[in-house]
Amino acid sequence: MMENYRKRELINTLMKGLVFFFTTLSLVPLLFILFYLIKQGIGAINWEFLTHLPKPVGESGGGVFNAIVGTIILIILSTLMAVPLGIGAGIYLAEVKTGKLVYLLRLGTDILQGTPSIVLGVIAYLWVVKPMKSFSALAGSVALAIMMLPVIICSTEETLKLIPYSLKEAALALGAPYYRTILKVILPAGFSGILTGILLGIARIAGETAPLLFTAFGSPYLNLNPLKPINALPLVVFNYASSPYPDWWRQAWGASFVLTVMVLVFNLAAKIGARKWEIKF
Amino acid sequence: MGDKILTTEHLYAYYDQHCVLKDINMSIPKFKVTAIMGPSGCGKTTLLRCFNRLHELSPGGRIKGKIRLRNTDLLSLNPIQVRRRIGMVFQRPNPFPTMSIYENVIAGYRLNGIKLSQNKADEIVEQALKKTALWDEVKDVLYRRGTFLSGGQQQRLCIARALAMNPEVLLLDEPTSALDPKSTAHIEELIVELKDTVSIVIVTHNIGQAGRVADYTAFLYLGELVEFGPTERLFTAPKDKRTEEYLTGKFG
Repeated sequence: MMENYRKRELINTLMKGLVFFFTTLSLVPLLFILFYLIKQGIGAINWEFLTHLPKPVGESGGGVFNAIVGTIILIILSTLMAVPLGIGAGIYLAEVKTGKLVYLLRLGTDILQGTPSIVLGVIAYLWVVKPMKSFSALAGSVALAIMMLPVIICSTEETLKLIPYSLKEAALALGAPYYRTILKVILPAGFSGILTGILLGIARIAGETAPLLFTAFGSPYLNLNPLKPINALPLVVFNYASSPYPDWWRQAWGASFVLTVMVLVFNLAAKIGARKWEIKF
Repeated sequence: MGDKILTTEHLYAYYDQHCVLKDINMSIPKFKVTAIMGPSGCGKTTLLRCFNRLHELSPGGRIKGKIRLRNTDLLSLNPIQVRRRIGMVFQRPNPFPTMSIYENVIAGYRLNGIKLSQNKADEIVEQALKKTALWDEVKDVLYRRGTFLSGGQQQRLCIARALAMNPEVLLLDEPTSALDPKSTAHIEELIVELKDTVSIVIVTHNIGQAGRVADYTAFLYLGELVEFGPTERLFTAPKDKRTEEYLTGKFG
């Protein structure tokens, strides 16, 4: 009996050790990436890097100001497209729950979630770039918006499903029309969850390169016109890192660092926002 | 029995094919408290939800028969109109969590898009909160969230929210089942006070509560209206054997 007990304790300790080991092991690449990124990237970051346009090959210095602005424009445009659509579809899923359209929408969302991002780039190329005969920020935003859509639809649906039915009944029992019940009671109650979804969606698309390769295309100039090609941080990383110039490699590290920080900020904002505006029922 | 506010004639209610209310005929008197009691699952909440047409929103919910509000056919009115004239308070307090106490009370107007001057709105809020004896407790924290209040206070806030619309009928669906005894007593007092200005229908599975607050009591069993009459008569001399058995605790 005593012998048996000791054996069990031994296996317990062994299992605990194993779990701890694998946890640590999976953290290693993460820490390694962060360490390398900071080590290589921070050296490239200075005022000029953040506020100047790129210089031609051979000239040292220059920065990625146009890419930072471009990424921000791409994020804003794609968010403007994806948010109304995504929230609308999310409300539909949460409210209607069953039926053919709901089934199709769920299926579509799942498929979209798994679609390779380069395919979305091709789609945006066919839909926007070809008819308009020009690479553009708009085309890039369309590709990114399609990527964001499933994230926002799912988070909106999940958030709204958690809102107690009694709240909706309370509004309806006051004689409120259905649309006002949704707009003034249900949506505000789900605000933090929906906002979190939007920010996570942004974090997901901010670093995407593939959908931008033949849509936004990249540009050495500062461009604010959404109908013209535009530069973006992931494109800088892609183009510079695959160039033969050590000076550009350094800049690619810098751009990676800036991009990672941006994504981190969106992720943190999502966490903080979720906590700050959490509604207790 | 005096004036009647709500009358049902051959009222049937269904969930899909399942009939939960069978041939209900009753008249609810004006400016009185009418209790609907019965064991769980007897259809008392469904009956209440027929009066403000919430039953139709439940999946598969259907109503057959007639309900009259004064002399108009309630089922031919727009549900939105019905619900403005018939207020409801639910089992669990459900103040709007995103709104302040003030906004909760005025929510009926805001959600219906009715514009009010600031003075008028202030007046409605104050009156409604005074009617529910909540004014003195919350007048300094009107702009805090309604969900910060205690359970009993929240329920009184919900009653104030319903009363602010000046309904003709107030439906209460087991309004104290989630509350402690002290808050329950407070709400019961309130119900008795309120009947001068609004006709009240209260669903309860607590026989004592029906006895304390109701002028008239209906006993519902398995979807049928077994007996309906003045509370005192029903409690002391029930005509139906099932009523007597329920009151003496033989089932339910």
